[in-house]
Amino acid sequence: MDKSEIQSKMTELLVEELGLDEDKITMESRFEEDLEVDSLGVVELLMALEDNFGVQIPDEEAEQLTTVGEAVDLVDSKING
Amino acid sequence: MEERRVVATGLGTISALGADVDTFWSNILAGTSGVSRIEKVDVSDIPARIAAEIKDFDVEQYMPKRQARRMDTSSQYFWVATQQALDDAGISYEEDDPEALRAGVLAGTGIGGVETFEAQFDILRERGPGRMAPTGIAMIISNMAGGLASIDFNLYGPNSTVVTACAASANAIGDAAEVIKRGAADVMVAGGGEASITRFAVGGFAQARALSTRNDDPAGASRPFDATRDGFVMGEGAAVMILEEYEHAKARGARIYGELIGYGMSADGYHITLPRPGGSGAARAMSAALDDAGLAPQDLDYINAHGTSTPANDATETAAIKTTFGDAAGDLAISSTKSMTGHLLGAAGAIEGLASLLAIRDGVVPPTINYETPDPECDLDYVPNEARQMPVRTVMSNSFGFGGHNVSLVFGSVDD
Repeated sequence: MDKSEIQSKMTELLVEELGLDEDKITMESRFEEDLEVDSLGVVELLMALEDNFGVQIPDEEAEQLTTVGEAVDLVDSKING
Repeated sequence: MEERRVVATGLGTISALGADVDTFWSNILAGTSGVSRIEKVDVSDIPARIAAEIKDFDVEQYMPKRQARRMDTSSQYFWVATQQALDDAGISYEEDDPEALRAGVLAGTGIGGVETFEAQFDILRERGPGRMAPTGIAMIISNMAGGLASIDFNLYGPNSTVVTACAASANAIGDAAEVIKRGAADVMVAGGGEASITRFAVGGFAQARALSTRNDDPAGASRPFDATRDGFVMGEGAAVMILEEYEHAKARGARIYGELIGYGMSADGYHITLPRPGGSGAARAMSAALDDAGLAPQDLDYINAHGTSTPANDATETAAIKTTFGDAAGDLAISSTKSMTGHLLGAAGAIEGLASLLAIRDGVVPPTINYETPDPECDLDYVPNEARQMPVRTVMSNSFGFGGHNVSLVFGSVDD
């Protein structure tokens, strides 16, 4: 899976799993400030990422994520090294 | 200080009989059954396969998906009824409204978020704790309908939840009135929500042998006080009334449906599911409510009975009414709207409270439908099959819950 595929899958998960509005999601969107994803939403996202990308994301790494783009980068680094 | 009086100024409801008060009430007066085959879950291996189920509930009609997915269906129903009731009362609060500090919530539910509980328990067993929803606990806990109402409608006053099974929302209404009477709030959202047409709940009640198995005749299955009754029929939904201090309501020119004039409670102290034979526990709750209202037995016009359609309840409740009202029992109009709504469990007291207030407003008593065969143990006037036009100034609404909780509310007309 290349990065652009990760990117579109990420958007799909944010819409499907967190109920976010697709129009508001860009790679620069900040989870908390722009998308109003709270701490419970972050956990939901982590589970969705792990299930859909087959990766493991420890809480310490998840805590560093601020934007959608950073989450894409993290998944990309785990899948594609 | 003069005693503060408590009146109802807004109503809201969603059930199998309709998603608004007008539809609900016209179906009640027409004697329409809300009972049908259960479609939302597989009940093919459960002996009871009928319920007053809400079909085609589309929560996104009321709120965005993002909001709805964090709410158990029971809380969604309560939310819908709350919004209707606040609108009906003409009440809304901005986030920084000082009046919102004087407005609270008292909710009742029998089993809270049981649908979410089942779904999350399946995930726990199949995929382990690491895949359970982070919102799961918050969706399951029974107080969340009330919590969400405070969050979404800016109600910052007293907020509590009662879980006395099928008496829960009657307790909630009574307790809400007491909060207003002692001056802790001026406005209370009071009612209950229940969404327990699930495999766990239907299966569990069926195992308790509490449910009707008249599967081939859904509309005829809930038949309170009829000799051939064979158990209750589950219902679901929510009902909410806005209770308000009388002078507060008058000052803003609110429409007043009626006044909560009596609240009585007792415990059977007898059995986990069965009523105490003879109904002395229920009779004490009714007497306490009459005393609280300052009414003599002959002053009451109508009883909206608990009337579940179980063999035990209806005979026991009849005996309790006779104990409480003596010679006046024969003159009472008594009916069970559960014959149409099914049994909304923790929301039953509230939806029956609405029916009681609407009976006062319109001068009409709802029927007990499916009443065909008299039972020697149930020999009072149950307003069989047809609504009855008559002046209604005072109504008692009975609600009894597993555990032996007995609650009676008395509503009265307000002349102005």
